[in-house]
Amino acid sequence: MTARIGVVTFPGSLDDRDTQRAIRVAGAEPVALWHKDKDLKQVDAVVLCGGFSYGDYLRAGAIARFSPVMDTVIDQAKAGLPVLGICNGFQILTEAHLLPGGMLGNDHLHFICRDQKLRVENASTAWTSDYTAGQEISIPLKNMDGRYVADQRTLDELEAEGRVAFRYLDFNPNGSLNDIAGITNAEGNVVGLMPHPEHAVEPLIGTGRTDGLPFFTSILKKLVNA
Amino acid sequence: MSRTPLDTVEHAAATPDVELPWAELGLKKDEYERVVEILGRRPTGAELAMYSVMWSEHCSYKSSKVHLRQFGEKAPESDAMLVGIGENAGVVDVGQGYAVTFKVESHNHPSYVEPYQGAATGVGGIVRDIIAMGARPVAVVDPLRFGAADHPDTKRVLPGVVAGIGGYGNCLGLPNIGGEVVFDACYQGNPLVNAGAIGVMRHEDIHLAKASGAGNKVILYGARTGGDGIGGASILASETFDDAKPSKRPAVQVGDPFQEKLLIECTLEAFQEKLVVGIQDLGAAGLSCATSELASNGSGGMRVTLDDVPLRDSTLSPEEILMSESQERMCAVVEPDKVDRFLEICDKWDVIATVIGEVTDGDRLEIFWHGEKIVDVDPRTVAHEGPTYERPYARPDWQDALQADDANKLPRPETSEELKDQVLKLVASPNQASKKWITQQYDHFVQGNTVLAQPEDSGMIRVDEETGLGVAIATDGNGRYAKLDPYTGAQLALAEAYRNVATTGAKPLAVSDCLNFGSPEDPAVMWQFAEAVRGLADGCQQLGTPVTGGNVSLYNQTGEAAIHPTPVVAVLGVIDDVARRTPVAFQEEGQLLYLLGDTREEFGGSAWSQVIHDHLGGLPPKVDLERERLLAEILISASRDGMIDSAHDLSDGGLVQAVVESALLGGKGARLVVPDGLDAFTFLFSESAGRAVVAVPRSEEVRFNDMCGARGLPATRIGVVDGTSVEVQGEFELSLEELRKAHEDTIPALLS
Repeated sequence: MTARIGVVTFPGSLDDRDTQRAIRVAGAEPVALWHKDKDLKQVDAVVLCGGFSYGDYLRAGAIARFSPVMDTVIDQAKAGLPVLGICNGFQILTEAHLLPGGMLGNDHLHFICRDQKLRVENASTAWTSDYTAGQEISIPLKNMDGRYVADQRTLDELEAEGRVAFRYLDFNPNGSLNDIAGITNAEGNVVGLMPHPEHAVEPLIGTGRTDGLPFFTSILKKLVNA
Repeated sequence: MSRTPLDTVEHAAATPDVELPWAELGLKKDEYERVVEILGRRPTGAELAMYSVMWSEHCSYKSSKVHLRQFGEKAPESDAMLVGIGENAGVVDVGQGYAVTFKVESHNHPSYVEPYQGAATGVGGIVRDIIAMGARPVAVVDPLRFGAADHPDTKRVLPGVVAGIGGYGNCLGLPNIGGEVVFDACYQGNPLVNAGAIGVMRHEDIHLAKASGAGNKVILYGARTGGDGIGGASILASETFDDAKPSKRPAVQVGDPFQEKLLIECTLEAFQEKLVVGIQDLGAAGLSCATSELASNGSGGMRVTLDDVPLRDSTLSPEEILMSESQERMCAVVEPDKVDRFLEICDKWDVIATVIGEVTDGDRLEIFWHGEKIVDVDPRTVAHEGPTYERPYARPDWQDALQADDANKLPRPETSEELKDQVLKLVASPNQASKKWITQQYDHFVQGNTVLAQPEDSGMIRVDEETGLGVAIATDGNGRYAKLDPYTGAQLALAEAYRNVATTGAKPLAVSDCLNFGSPEDPAVMWQFAEAVRGLADGCQQLGTPVTGGNVSLYNQTGEAAIHPTPVVAVLGVIDDVARRTPVAFQEEGQLLYLLGDTREEFGGSAWSQVIHDHLGGLPPKVDLERERLLAEILISASRDGMIDSAHDLSDGGLVQAVVESALLGGKGARLVVPDGLDAFTFLFSESAGRAVVAVPRSEEVRFNDMCGARGLPATRIGVVDGTSVEVQGEFELSLEELRKAHEDTIPALLS
């Protein structure tokens, strides 16, 4: 028995097939979900993948958040369904208020694609348990609107509660406050980050490292052992 | 063009004396007379619009096609070729049932006028060509040429072009894996923005642009038609720039990558369900091109109701609708009983789709507006029987003087210190410097199949996850070499791209090209063009790599000043297992560095002559295609059998540039020894072709040497991967830190 993990395709989603592959590589079963469909097909977890949903023309993630599928994702996430948002998925999660704060344009005003070093700050979420706290990893980052911002109170809260899940190391690629690359909700079931773990699951491909694979093995173990 | 009274076919026949604005639409007098002769009457306004765009240089290749025929006539026998020249893009068999389509196109003129949108829509156009063949696009590459790096206008054009390519390609989810960025004052005012794309499909999924089967429906889908890009092909891309004329900005189209992404997914889904009989994208010349090409390639005629075209601007005239180059549109021919399903798929992806006509029994393309016939033509006369020019060409009288101005006689560094300074200058020069500032604005990783991306010698994409089958692509073109000798320059571009593919371990299979030249009305430019085409066709014949298609961009000149002749050549290769690919970066200390090939005193057109002496003269390096082929075979074998762990082709900048790049990428230095028979300067800076530097694990040295010896390829041990500096024994040592700073700081300092 394995876990079934849904990947939502919005119009403009780009990394849906890559995310499905990463789930497969980890040994779980990927399930394609469609933005117009409220039905989550009884998946055990959901990934909102990267891309430019609806062209990101209004504001990254702002329109996707109102799609039919998100109604169900929001309800079930509040009830404990593990949800991972990668890049545009992270932006959608903040727009949906499942995670606090928001993303602005990169401070240097350019799209940036690079192999990014991160420190895993919280290894006890549903999506990070196969890492150890303090572990340093490198996974691809690629975005236009990746500058994480939140008001001071929210930042203090995130820091105090250990909810900063990932922090940029050596180089802050977009001007994110507190070098924040990813965060979790208080329950640890909803995690969002700007870098792309699904692009770092096979040797040879991309950066040639597999530092992103533990995201998918973490959730698989959690679901199978549940 | 006025909308009233409607210029119908009937009206045109009855009013032979009405003067039409053929000159304003870019037609020459004899061309207009030819249209009248074909039709047996004056054309209607709508017909004139169609002929003017389709007979433009950009669409009809009227100045170039007498030369381009050589690509067919001299095409080598190749089992790999599935679809050749003439379709939207060529298709090549890469084995295991897979086919790959690839093509390079220019979007030069629009990108100068409006850098962001010009470059963005260049990506959009080439990607639609790929989809139109039935393939899923899997990667893009962008060969770019700009004016002098420190010219103020370069700071306007380059960031816009790069942001446009990134903004469009990133949003489509296509990894950008290759291309080049070259600066030269000759491109000032005429930047070259070439865009290439690769697509993958199964053999049985190949689609062609033809409308067959009377009664089949013609469906226009994608974006609504607007007033943008009207005359883009005829006016913008087929004339030289002239300060005195009004701004051509409105002729540039505006891109919507989100719409294109939907178009890709929706088209691929329709292909998957086998709903499409024929398909054509709408690019240059818009509906005029799509309808006339579909109809003329098919078995019947076509009837189109122009009123049914969804418009962004309801005031557009029929002529404007026919000429509009609004982006993100495609035209499919679908059997009547499959139309509903096709429209359903479009609806699923929120793509507007409309039946605008049908295939007919006859051989006429008829277009109606408000119930009246405004076009009645033989589509072949529009699409394929445009004018052909035998433009006069002549070797320019300055060519001899240019070649006599021998770069080998330029003063060379006299001391080790001077040599070291020149190495630093070279690796920091804009053309040799790291282009990371540019390429990091492109997504390399999306789709999760990128094995290699720039600055590797070729980009490589995995095609099959199970078997590891992959394809590689490299684009090259050195305008300085081509200026010195266009025949040799074109062959050097081919040789370099071929070598770059082989250096990564892939077997070169086929060629696409983008031929960028000045005005064909100048006999000197026409000579450069004719020579370059002849060189490329001969070269492809010798290397056994057929040209599958390509693009010609003429009129890249401002006033009398033409760009350097710049044939950009793309070579596509295949690799059985991407796990065997060879990267540029040094992998392990202690590995032995071998220089493959012969090094001669060849500095004509070299980076050294440009950077140190601001000189262009003499002859370009000699070409030996048999040697290139042997070198490629050795590189591929060595890669497959694990005899080399890194490899880098030698081209502009010579050996030292290659070693510095491998060292910086790998974070490992090198100790070099000048081999017997060479002086340090020639060893480091010569640009002799047919060479590569490889790193051989010690355990493989004997086997590797034996192989090179048995095959007759000169292989000279020149050093070892070691330490944290690049050292040339007895000459100088430069730390990686110092080299990195020189190599990586230049472009950001110029542009940010």
